[in-house]
Amino acid sequence: MAAISREDVAHLAKLARIDMNEGELDHLVSELGAILGAVARVQEAAASDVPPTSHPFPVNNVFRSDEVRPSLTNAQALSGAPAQAEERFKVPQILGEE
Amino acid sequence: MSDITIHSTAAQMSEALIAGSTTSVELTNAHFAQIEAVEPAVHAFLHLDKDGALAQAAEVDAKRARGEKLAPLAGVPLALKDVLAQQGVPTTAGSKMLEGWRPPYDATVVKKLKDAGVVILGKTNMDEFAMGSSTENSAYGNTHNPWDLTRIPGGSGGGSAAALAAFEAPLAIGTDTGGSIRQPAAVTGTVGVKPTYGGVSRYGLIAFSSSLDQAGPCARTVLDTALLHEAIAGYDQMDSTSINAPVPHVVAAAKKLDVKGLKIGVVKELLGEGFQAGVRQRFEEALEELVKAGAQIVEVSCPNFDYGLAAYYLIAPSEASSNLARFDSMRYGIRIGDDGTRSAEEVMSLTRHEGFGAEVKRRIILGTYALSSGYYDAYYGSAQKVRTLVKRDFDAAFAHVDVLVSPTCPTTAFKLGENTDDPLAMYLNDIATIPVNLAGIGGMSLPCGLAPEDGLPVGFQIMSPGMRDDLMYQVGGTLEAALVSKWGHTLLSQAPTLAGN
Repeated sequence: MAAISREDVAHLAKLARIDMNEGELDHLVSELGAILGAVARVQEAAASDVPPTSHPFPVNNVFRSDEVRPSLTNAQALSGAPAQAEERFKVPQILGEE
Repeated sequence: MSDITIHSTAAQMSEALIAGSTTSVELTNAHFAQIEAVEPAVHAFLHLDKDGALAQAAEVDAKRARGEKLAPLAGVPLALKDVLAQQGVPTTAGSKMLEGWRPPYDATVVKKLKDAGVVILGKTNMDEFAMGSSTENSAYGNTHNPWDLTRIPGGSGGGSAAALAAFEAPLAIGTDTGGSIRQPAAVTGTVGVKPTYGGVSRYGLIAFSSSLDQAGPCARTVLDTALLHEAIAGYDQMDSTSINAPVPHVVAAAKKLDVKGLKIGVVKELLGEGFQAGVRQRFEEALEELVKAGAQIVEVSCPNFDYGLAAYYLIAPSEASSNLARFDSMRYGIRIGDDGTRSAEEVMSLTRHEGFGAEVKRRIILGTYALSSGYYDAYYGSAQKVRTLVKRDFDAAFAHVDVLVSPTCPTTAFKLGENTDDPLAMYLNDIATIPVNLAGIGGMSLPCGLAPEDGLPVGFQIMSPGMRDDLMYQVGGTLEAALVSKWGHTLLSQAPTLAGN
């Protein structure tokens, strides 16, 4: 597995929607390299005939009964909003300038 | 206030409340007095809800005066980890991202506590979004270990464990994704239980790694932990992974004080190199007590546990990178840089830069990488296979033994700042606790002595098969009684006196 590069980390940060300054990127490149080197050993144990486990006790088709129940009021749902207008969440423009 | 003090157990407080020799308001005030005295040194709490707690205490006292039948823990105070939503009370998960947020609803655990008449004193400090083993990743400062204020209280639930050890509360709630209940219990000389996955509802927990996260009880004795366990456990429609089955009878199991005929497996792989000599010594002495009590001890090999840590540090960050996408500055939490010219995406990225600390960013980026196309099979996919292998190791072991045991942590509490620049060294703390989370089974830590070389608490871990949480309480209760009788005192009575005691 190729080592993780500075460009990789910058790209991942963009995907994860986290602004990162130069210092943070430098730091992360070396830390992630060390961590990935340590965790890559899972590949030694993972033979092709071993099925993956995503959940300790698989449960399927879990539904609640379809009935009307009390829920948050508009005011409650909006109570933590950074900005609101007309009983709605107010967000910055969705489309950029370009 | 009769002979009940803040040093009493929750069970004793409950009895005194029922007998009418104390009131919940008296008990609650006594704990706030202790909190006021020791918090400057310990800093276990992020928020105190004195008004809410005293109102709940007065209500319980009034109901009791009217002769109403109340739950066993009605009127007993509790410290709540700040990762659980409590309506109207600041809830931050130790992150700047949620500074000032007051949830509009209660987590199921919180609702059950309120319904049971438990008095919630406040919210406890933790590593940001429960990512850490020392509580040093909190955005709101360090919590100090009451045994030695220069040392870590464990993490992520260091605040809950420190509050118990400093007698600021007799009960606390924690959450455990890779050891965040058990490791803090171990390093503070307290008791902590990670129930079987799905045994306690996750509704209203701020999610870290959904297939691993589990809320559970923390206390100073095995019986108190069991009483709290029964108060918060049970099926919940609001959590799709909740187990629809009766709660194991953990209180009865904690009271059994008998392990005759039980077969206990010592996990060979969790005792080797890297485990401090004094930790091994106290662990082995505890095994002798279990033998004296009639248990049979056998050695068990779980070869794939060796890969558990690596698998965990792929699975947990992967799930976290997805779960923490919800912190987008749009509906709740902080928002940075919304100056009318920036786009939603730019504001989101600025907010996540400011709102998340270094460890959280590290894990989000690691998880994003492990899930990205081209690397998914090698990292996340392989880690999921290791999870299967760890489960198989447990299944094979539980075919021969009733419970498995190990030291909870490789070392006693380390110094604050000692591992903050070395994430891999920090991650090693979880080596013995992680397999339990990967398999979804139950795990308990209880104190088994002080390490001779540093005089700090050592934790003894008991692992029980899924939905057989009663077995770890049976073994834990028996071991605790044997050790207390051997020592002639509880472990916590040996903790240094803080200003308020």
